[in-house]
Amino acid sequence: MYKVDDRGYYGKFGGAYIPELLHPCVEELRRNYEKIISQKDFQKEFEQLLADYVGRPTPLYFAKRFSDHYQANIYFKREDLCHTGAHKVNNTIGQILLAQRLGKKRIIAETGAGQHGVATATVCALMGVDCIVYMGEKDIERQAPNVKRMKMLGAEVRPALSGSKTLKDATNEAIRDWINNPDNTHYIIGSVVGPHPYPEMVAKFQSVISKEIKKQLLEKTGNENPDIIVACVGGGSNAAGAFYHYLNEENTRLVAVEAAGLGIHSGETAATSVIGSEGIIHGSRTLLMQTSDGQIVEPYSISAGLDYPGIGPLHAHLISSGRAEAISVTDEEALRAAYFLSRKEGIIPALESAHAFAAMEQMDYEKGDTVVLNLSGRGDKDLATYSKYFEKFNEK
Amino acid sequence: MNRIQQLFQNKKSNILNIYFTAGHPNLNDTEIIIRELSGAGTDLIEIGMPYSDPLADGLTIQQSSSIALKNGMHLDLLFEQIAAARQHTEIPLIMMGYFNQVLQYGVDKFMEQCKTSGIDGLILPDLPLYEYEKDFKNIFEKNNIAISFLITPLTEEHRIKKVDELTRGFIYMVSSNSTTGGGSEINQKQKEYFERIHEMNLKNPRLIGFGISDHASFNNACQYAQGAIIGSAFIRALDKGKDDIKPTIREFVSQIKNDPIVINQVQ
Ligand SMILES: Cc1ncc(COP(=O)(O)O)c(C=O)c1O
Repeated sequence: MYKVDDRGYYGKFGGAYIPELLHPCVEELRRNYEKIISQKDFQKEFEQLLADYVGRPTPLYFAKRFSDHYQANIYFKREDLCHTGAHKVNNTIGQILLAQRLGKKRIIAETGAGQHGVATATVCALMGVDCIVYMGEKDIERQAPNVKRMKMLGAEVRPALSGSKTLKDATNEAIRDWINNPDNTHYIIGSVVGPHPYPEMVAKFQSVISKEIKKQLLEKTGNENPDIIVACVGGGSNAAGAFYHYLNEENTRLVAVEAAGLGIHSGETAATSVIGSEGIIHGSRTLLMQTSDGQIVEPYSISAGLDYPGIGPLHAHLISSGRAEAISVTDEEALRAAYFLSRKEGIIPALESAHAFAAMEQMDYEKGDTVVLNLSGRGDKDLATYSKYFEKFNEK
Repeated sequence: MNRIQQLFQNKKSNILNIYFTAGHPNLNDTEIIIRELSGAGTDLIEIGMPYSDPLADGLTIQQSSSIALKNGMHLDLLFEQIAAARQHTEIPLIMMGYFNQVLQYGVDKFMEQCKTSGIDGLILPDLPLYEYEKDFKNIFEKNNIAISFLITPLTEEHRIKKVDELTRGFIYMVSSNSTTGGGSEINQKQKEYFERIHEMNLKNPRLIGFGISDHASFNNACQYAQGAIIGSAFIRALDKGKDDIKPTIREFVSQIKNDPIVINQVQ
């Protein structure tokens, strides 16, 4: 019911709204990816790398002090413990193995916060292939440490100078690069966005998250289904991974947390499902923030990884069909949650992930509910932001 | 029959189609550009609807789009400008843009506005063939709005046939696999591509676009198709000559056509 159809649609969302120029690239991928990723040797290599290189399975951690505070049974899925510090690497490992089997020698990627860029540069170093990462000129300034990491890993970071010079423009530049280099290049997209087959393919690679949650929760509680799973949504890849094997478990509530920025109606927000409308972004029919003329609006969030004007078509479908609930969390709420989590559990989360944790404050739940919070990444990259606001929002 | 189909019935070769981005260099240049292009002997005009995220476009068209949007261009104004220009010319007019613009404006309302303002056809590079046929073909036909789909050197034969089946007007034959503004001299591989398409005996005429920039490349392209499309080179000329765009436009067109009479008029 929530699976993609042959044309790449989840309900009315998805598809491949791409210029003919891009068609050969996307079509080659569409024709081959399912066959390749279902092959034994692919799966074996994928699982091996996830285990030995990424460090999977990541723990499902029962957070006692957090649980006491919220009077629920709260588990953290520790994607922050993945190599490179976030879930993004699950997808880049999958796609680099795919690119190898497609005979592609040159990898391109887009990045906002730099996490996906680092995860892509990492797997390219691992496999010895050329890596070019497009990053908005503004983000290059905002996320300097990750730019340095990518360079150290041997990647070339190319500034996206067009449009608003942020993530959506970096994505445009990567797509243009692919149009101009159809033969030797594979585009590793960083979330469950873009034209079919990307959203489903990335969701499949990330689905290892919910596969593990099921197994781990069964071992710990005797029941593989929690009452609620919560994840933040930029494009939606960590949420898609955390939800994937629960999509048809209707008794498990799925909560997608978007960045409200300075507030939903402040004009400075990334709460796409609230203020967005149906349209097309990066080749996908989905919900996005746009003007009445269809011009894409620049989003805002303190978290660069949630600063995207659309959401993946799967999430558009889940939210508009009522299967998933959307919650929006402001910059301030996310910061407070990050300080709280650090004090309570000794874990400094990525700013993106902090949005999911802040949702505990406004979400409806019953006392004693089992809740899984997806801790998509660690906070090292956000230390400058955290120290800037520490005095203001940290409660002792 | 609409003006595009009429043109291709009357003229079989050397058809010159020029693209400009509406709202660039100045917000209210649309009418002047259309009238001057038409007066200078252009056969067809493509009016670019500036878009925030022009995926298929190279730097020149991206920049002209940003300028146009900053100038305040929007669709209601553009339709007014086109209607005003239409009072003065019968040249076929095509709007080119991204499908999200049409979708947000409302497909029905957009088609109606095209019809009343005097637009004859649309080019929407990211509107897929399947979705067009399933959901939108009827509305286009009801309003007598032609549609051109694109083919590239990598478009497979069965798809070219589908493009030919669904296109009304002309097929937009992209010269090389690149974003707009790329490419230059026609090379051996492109020649083979052009000849391969020629031999398919498609029902629609073809115009070659992307990388056509001057008289030589225009002439060369015209040997393999009914005509060619010039975009980025014209925008660059407008940028250079934006202080007085009328002579800039006349000169540009006459240089492309290598038409000495018009050049003399300008000088
Ligand atoms: C730690 C972390 N979480 C979440 C995201 C948001 O992306 P997605 O919604 O695809 O999971 C990012 C993106 O950079 C991230 O770095």
